[in-house]
Amino acid sequence: MKILTFPGGIHPPYNKDISIGEALRTAPPPETAIVPLSQHIGAPCRPAVTKGDEVSEGQVIGESPSFVSSLVHSPVSGKVQDIKKAFHPALGYTEAVFIERDPGKEPLKYTSCDSEDLTQKELIEKVKKAGIVGMGGAAFPTHVKLSVPEGKNIENLIINGAECEPYLTCDHILMTRKSAEIIKGIEILIRVLEPKNTYIAIEDNKKAAIFAFEKLIRESTRKEISAARVVPLETKYPQGGEKQLIKAISGKEVPPGGLPLDIGFLVQNVGTALAIHEAVEYDKPLIERVVTLSGDCLERPGNYHMRIGTTVKEIVEKLGIEFRQDPKKIIFGGPMMGIAQPGTEVPVLKNTSGILFLSESTAKDLEEKPCIRCAKCVDVCPVNLMPTEIMRNVKARRWEEAEALNVQDCMECGCCTYTCPARIPLVQYIKEGKTALLKKRK
Amino acid sequence: MNKFTISASPHIHSPVDTTFMMRGVIKALLPAVIAGVYFFRMYAVGVLAASIAGCVITEWLLRKTRRQEASLKDSSALLTGMLLALVLPPALPLWMAFLGGVVSIALGKEVFGGLGKNVFNPALLGRAFLMAAFPVALTTWTRPVSLDAVTTATPLGLAKFEHAVTPYAQLFLGNVGGCIGETSALALILGILYLLYHKIIDWRVPAAYIGTVALFSGVAWAAAPQLYAPPLFHILAGGLLIGAGFMATDPVTTPVTAKGRWVFGAGCGLITMTIRLWGGLPEGVMYSILCMNAVTPLINRYTRPRRYGGSNGG
Repeated sequence: MKILTFPGGIHPPYNKDISIGEALRTAPPPETAIVPLSQHIGAPCRPAVTKGDEVSEGQVIGESPSFVSSLVHSPVSGKVQDIKKAFHPALGYTEAVFIERDPGKEPLKYTSCDSEDLTQKELIEKVKKAGIVGMGGAAFPTHVKLSVPEGKNIENLIINGAECEPYLTCDHILMTRKSAEIIKGIEILIRVLEPKNTYIAIEDNKKAAIFAFEKLIRESTRKEISAARVVPLETKYPQGGEKQLIKAISGKEVPPGGLPLDIGFLVQNVGTALAIHEAVEYDKPLIERVVTLSGDCLERPGNYHMRIGTTVKEIVEKLGIEFRQDPKKIIFGGPMMGIAQPGTEVPVLKNTSGILFLSESTAKDLEEKPCIRCAKCVDVCPVNLMPTEIMRNVKARRWEEAEALNVQDCMECGCCTYTCPARIPLVQYIKEGKTALLKKRK
Repeated sequence: MNKFTISASPHIHSPVDTTFMMRGVIKALLPAVIAGVYFFRMYAVGVLAASIAGCVITEWLLRKTRRQEASLKDSSALLTGMLLALVLPPALPLWMAFLGGVVSIALGKEVFGGLGKNVFNPALLGRAFLMAAFPVALTTWTRPVSLDAVTTATPLGLAKFEHAVTPYAQLFLGNVGGCIGETSALALILGILYLLYHKIIDWRVPAAYIGTVALFSGVAWAAAPQLYAPPLFHILAGGLLIGAGFMATDPVTTPVTAKGRWVFGAGCGLITMTIRLWGGLPEGVMYSILCMNAVTPLINRYTRPRRYGGSNGG
């Protein structure tokens, strides 16, 4: 078994075993769901309901005329309590629909429908109707990604099961418990994109997932699937970054400012593949997902099916989460690129892969010391940047120099900050440089 | 809402910090310190103490008087003091060793703004100062394992001026005349392996430096074996190992790019061998590293990594 990888990157402690052993459970639906109208890259939705409306599970509550946008559905049946600004885990206060769940209503049952004869356009339309976005983190509308522009060709489809962020195991658990359904989602992707090659990319710390997919491919009678390949990758952060996956699998590099599409690649997360299967096969909109609850503060970390719009507060109360120690930080996503939250009244979104409760000792505040030019940041940068040099120029407000150092190529993976022995928040300085350059250009 | 700490990602950090790295180098120097004390007894202890005192006191005083944040905790002044002592002759008057420490920190580091901002390796700058100020004291060597101050010559001096070759076993163990920490190749190699194992130094620098010295001296030796010593001699003798493993790998004063570190190491090797073979001095490690320190910013500029996805990409 050849293990593929990319140059650079880091090996942080993974802490995945604490949440993977447990079963995949279902969190109770929220009493009050807070559903932000912007859960994707692109135009925010406008509310499609008004205060006081009765809504049913799966009903569209937010839509936008823009192409680059994604529908928002009601995660529960109930009544629209209010439409107002609420705290969004990534964007601060944005407009959200508050839905009070009606406990009298039975949860919806989704029935299978025949999708064998659907055309590519019809399949994409189903994905669009279900409001599917990239669930690995970026939340880019999936129907937009699948609508490959004229003249561009997808030769290689990569299914991203790398899951390189520490603590997170939501993709891992899906790959072992729902591998057959994911394969069906992959088949739909193959039908839409007609790639020459399909790769299922998984880090080699998830042997069970690698084994499960290899078995399914071997035993598959579908020609699309039996041509797919499982590619084991080195366990290294950020192996699951699009550019790193493509580099590891093909040796090719996405050009600066370009998209994987430009070199014939398309990357889809395994969770998204599952959502696509459910959308096409059952007309099920994206109103729930698997979220990893983990961190050193939790007595029992694990993975849960959760409705979109469930707040951390309700999760903690309803699931009876027990704490070993008081959390100092609550993080949406992984510890490398996740976002620290000010409180618990924050809802789960379509791209919330994990909620971490980290203690004082794990998420220390570190004092910035002088740079000793050790160049560890240069060595680990997966996109060939010199973070220390960029930092010096940003501090001195020399934006042209920062631009000459390709500051805009940074994908903010945070390897430089992680590895810096002087505890300099390098990626922060780089973001500052990127923002300043963007402003200047306008 | 409850109050939780908000800060930017990443939320976890490598356990390796500046202090860990400095202390790692100090640990890696311990075999050389032990060998030095074994071979040169109280002389070595005295010079080590004086040099470290000079460095630590100067840093503390300069920071204090200029109302800057105290910085002794990072252990870098202690490290500079150790490195300086290890490249000084054992019988050096203690006040000179102390003065060397003062110059290392004051002119080698603090005048530039402290840790991370200096251009030259502080320990080597201190040594260069002593070499210019007290050339005789800096080239007076004591015989190892003898408590009386019998002067001797270094293997490099013997090779250069008398064409006498010191046996390899002696060079390897360190039972020869020379600087306190330079004589035992074995002790230095142990330290370098420790640094490489913990990834505190980049293997490229010692590889390029020692490789260039081997190649250069190999060619000279092949051309005129009666005139020049063989490559292994040049690797084991003098300050090459401590220079290649501990000085040319100083993060602050050496290039930040991988390519740059090859250039740096090769440059050090060329200058060292030029001085050793054709210069007036028997040894050239110190000047080679100081010269390459000076061109480090230039090396950084011309060895920037290729842009990801750029023209040569993929």
